Amino acid sequence: MRPKDHYLNHGSGFRSWAFTLDHKRIGVMYLVATLGSFLLGGLAALAVRTELISRGPTIMSADTYNKMFTLHGAVMVFLFIIPSIPAALGNFVLPLMLGAKDVAFPRLNLMSFWLWVAGALFCIGAVVTGGVDTGWTFYTPYSTTTNTNVIATTFGVFILGFSSIFTGMNFIVTIHKLRPPGMTWFKMPLFLWALYGTALIQVLATPVLAITLLLLIAERALGVGIFDPALGGDPVLFQHFFWFYSHPAVYIMILPAMGIISDVISIHARKHIFGYRFIALSSIAIAAFGFLVWGHHMFVSGQSGMANAIFSALTFSVAIPSAIKVFNWLATLYKGDIHLTTAMIYALMFIITFGIGGLTGLHLGALAVDVHLHDTYFVVAHFHYVMFGGTVIALLAGIHHWWPKMFGVMIDERLGRIGAALVFVGFNTTFFTQFVMGSHGMPRRYYDYLPQYEIYHRISTLGSYVMAAGFFLTAYYLIHSLFRGKPAPMNPWGGNSLEWHTASPPPYDNFAVTPVAEDPYDYSRLVPDKIAGGYTSQTYEGAGAR
Amino acid sequence: MDAGPGFWLPRQGSTSAAKVDFLFRAVTNISIFFFVLITVVLFYFVWKYRARPGHTAQPSADHNQKLEITWTVIPLLIVIWIFWEGFAGFLDLQTPPINAYEVQVLGQKWKWLFTYPNGVVDDNLHVPPDEPVRLVMTSQDVIHSLYMPEFRIKRDALPGRYEREWFQATAPGEYQIFCAEYCGTSHSGMIAKVIVHRSRPEFEAWLAEAGNFLDKLPPEKLWEGGQKLYNQRGCKQCHSVDGASGIGPSFKGIWGHQQPLTGGGSALVEENYVRESIVNPQAKIVAGYEPVMPTYQGRLKDKEITAIIAYLKTLE
Amino acid sequence: MSHEHQPHLQHHFETPEQQFDAGKLGIWLFLATEILLFGGLFCAYAIYRASHPEVFVYAHQFLDKVLGGTNTVVLLCSSLTMAWAVRASQLGQRKLLIALLSLTLLGGFAFMGIKGIEYKQKWEHGLLPGTHFAPHDEHAAEAAPAPAAPSPTFKPSAAGPAGTVRGDEPAVSASGPHGKRPSNTQIFFGIYFLMTGLHAIHVLIGMGAIGWILVRSIRGDFGPEYFTPVDFVGLYWHLVDLIWIFLFPLLYLIH
Repeated sequence: MRPKDHYLNHGSGFRSWAFTLDHKRIGVMYLVATLGSFLLGGLAALAVRTELISRGPTIMSADTYNKMFTLHGAVMVFLFIIPSIPAALGNFVLPLMLGAKDVAFPRLNLMSFWLWVAGALFCIGAVVTGGVDTGWTFYTPYSTTTNTNVIATTFGVFILGFSSIFTGMNFIVTIHKLRPPGMTWFKMPLFLWALYGTALIQVLATPVLAITLLLLIAERALGVGIFDPALGGDPVLFQHFFWFYSHPAVYIMILPAMGIISDVISIHARKHIFGYRFIALSSIAIAAFGFLVWGHHMFVSGQSGMANAIFSALTFSVAIPSAIKVFNWLATLYKGDIHLTTAMIYALMFIITFGIGGLTGLHLGALAVDVHLHDTYFVVAHFHYVMFGGTVIALLAGIHHWWPKMFGVMIDERLGRIGAALVFVGFNTTFFTQFVMGSHGMPRRYYDYLPQYEIYHRISTLGSYVMAAGFFLTAYYLIHSLFRGKPAPMNPWGGNSLEWHTASPPPYDNFAVTPVAEDPYDYSRLVPDKIAGGYTSQTYEGAGAR
Repeated sequence: MDAGPGFWLPRQGSTSAAKVDFLFRAVTNISIFFFVLITVVLFYFVWKYRARPGHTAQPSADHNQKLEITWTVIPLLIVIWIFWEGFAGFLDLQTPPINAYEVQVLGQKWKWLFTYPNGVVDDNLHVPPDEPVRLVMTSQDVIHSLYMPEFRIKRDALPGRYEREWFQATAPGEYQIFCAEYCGTSHSGMIAKVIVHRSRPEFEAWLAEAGNFLDKLPPEKLWEGGQKLYNQRGCKQCHSVDGASGIGPSFKGIWGHQQPLTGGGSALVEENYVRESIVNPQAKIVAGYEPVMPTYQGRLKDKEITAIIAYLKTLE
Repeated sequence: MSHEHQPHLQHHFETPEQQFDAGKLGIWLFLATEILLFGGLFCAYAIYRASHPEVFVYAHQFLDKVLGGTNTVVLLCSSLTMAWAVRASQLGQRKLLIALLSLTLLGGFAFMGIKGIEYKQKWEHGLLPGTHFAPHDEHAAEAAPAPAAPSPTFKPSAAGPAGTVRGDEPAVSASGPHGKRPSNTQIFFGIYFLMTGLHAIHVLIGMGAIGWILVRSIRGDFGPEYFTPVDFVGLYWHLVDLIWIFLFPLLYLIH
């Protein structure tokens, strides 16, 4: 039953939220902020796709279109995807999984959030005062010579980078220093391993983005010339700096997602995760190797053949651990007791859509094939399959999985399934078509196109509307559940990680009694709770149970 | 292998395309195989182990060394093979034959210009069939990328550097050229064609004709030459002839009139002003426009400028 | 353990040791991010020096080794006073702590002052980055044309495709007691100002932090049971010093 006192009603009013040090409230604020960004980026995407439904101008000019796809990319990457799982779900769940009262640095956590807000304001400000038309990748010399709001946008992203760095610092220290007695590294839930690997990347890679953006600003504002061939500079150097961060950044996006999938599949199939150690260590391996492959974005940039070969080989090596994770998840399902909750449906969907995304990475990692596919819609489809079909689907799985814990309510599972179906059908229609268009030569970032591509664009755009419908339905039933949802039990899905051993929603200081950590994937002592609903632990008594 | 367009790929127009397509199809087939495998196992398990009254999870091992090694080693061998084929194919794409016919390429916002060994400049790429052609590319301004999907080749064109790519066309016809690196307003309009002539003599004939087109025009038709240059050399991208606004001032009706300049003052549009604007465009900027026109000094011969002037005079 | 007797112990930590250890790990992670931030610039330095060694050999002559060397000594001494200040805070020596922090802060001012003098000299001689590079020191035999503004037009050094024009800047410009000036000398000053400028910003931030703990020291906030902020600001200051130790030889002492 829903407790009387919990973190949501512990103090009320704007100040109790704006100045909160409670990781759970900060997580909720991030959830609202990042989902709001997803809405903004999504509307920009719908505008882009609508323009492309027909050849020639449809609803906007070429310049507006260029600003629109830049807005879509920059908002989605920097305001939404990179913070989303770590800052929204991670902030909420991580201390609970550790049986802790908060993250190591609660004030730094609050500062992270307000830095996100400041960065977002700069970016939004740049948009409303004229926009920026460089693409989210800001390649020089175009970005140093265009007269759109590059400096405001890049400065906003610079600030957002600090938000990300501070979150990473917080998570690393929390995991190192605030684990409960008995929870050795290999007894942590896999979501924590995933967040740890992510945090390492956030801390080590983001500063390189910071310096890259500062150099771009210096180039524009002071005419330094580091990227200008007329002044002895090299425009390709920008690409190296940029991708040195932005490739590891995609692992910031996918590692936490994989962490969610490990937990959701195991819990909703009532089955111990298969290959725990491999999955845990692969999070670190992927984080490390992810730093070595940035040049695969630059195979046709003029980089040497030797560099191309090394980057291509390393790119394939990173693919292997990800593939093995998929096999591990399937093996977890074997002989399980599979409950097709909305969370589980999204987790299973992840395997399919991320699978396609990952497999098409093989095409792009192969040098000879990438020459043909680079900068076409094939790449656009690939990264949407891994970022959207990967991270966003996993975010949806995580939202549905932890929603009862966060808000003390259950969602309407029937509407959840309908939403998932719409998202799945819409997503694949939108983006699978783009693979075919791309391998037929359709370049990306094109305002207009030749007649032979029109049919693909039409199908893709219609798919995007179906997908949007799925999202609007999902938003509707999530918000509706906050007002009318059935009260959630403490442990609706029968998980054994520590967040499920406290009330839904949790009290302000997380645990009435500090729990003892066990194997988070051992469900043998969890039985259905006929009275309160969900599951309860047999013989569980809190501290000192073992 | 079939050289015509298929579900995934356009027709093969070059000698390199077959090798690229082989690898693309192989990777696609491998992907389909694994995708089907994963999906079938997924659906099978979800059906067989679905939760229902009386059904519970059964214990099973949560790791299995033999299985894990197998499903590590097999993918590893597969990707090693893909890497190797990709690298070998790339070396082939990188390495033009020694006797290749060389064409210079200039990318600018938003036009490709091709300069042939005899000095002819054209806005399409004409080549002889069945001969290797090497492109030496650079950019006038930002990064562009020369992409010919039917030949399966692509390479960035950078300011301040020269990059090379090569191909050998296998059949006469017209093939598509795209710019594949975002470069601003008309990035999607920066397209051109590869025209593969039916034979080497036919190509040579075109080349000779193209070199002489201005000389062959009678004086009263010189303006047609100017019009052709206007269309071909990148003027059209920014200057309209019908009064429509663009990056640069429209040419309609400007001849013989005053143009207001940035910073005050005005200039009369006559021969000297036009010549100066072409070779030193930053000298006088029409009020309300940005100083972004590239210089054509050395890129337009004097008689070409004269032809353009003749054309401007016709635009009342 | 009761939290009432330990006003500095935050509610989510079990013991002061745990809190201190967590903070220590946090500050070291932050220092790692700073190293990566500057790392990008060191990378740019390495790349440009490898591809244009003559520019670096020539241009560094215009840097004042004496002023740079003095700044190095100043920062080293301030690191000493900072480390000593941490010790003083651990031992509860309040007056000594205040004195040492003040000296450290003074060192920061001295560094910034000398930096200001150096920058002013560069400004006066027109030795500025990129488009602003307009050298007119009295040693130059004749003034060379300033490099082209960063316009959309690229002028390659040879006749290029479609007859692009030959560059009008000679390979070597002015001559003087420093030798012939290579083209693109402005690259060096771009790197110089970016690296020393970013470093100077970090010095200023450090000075602000030191000022803040100086105020807290005067208030008597620190002692053997709680000296964490002094320790951590000290670590930051040492890093700022360390970065300069690398910058100085790389920029000033090139052979």
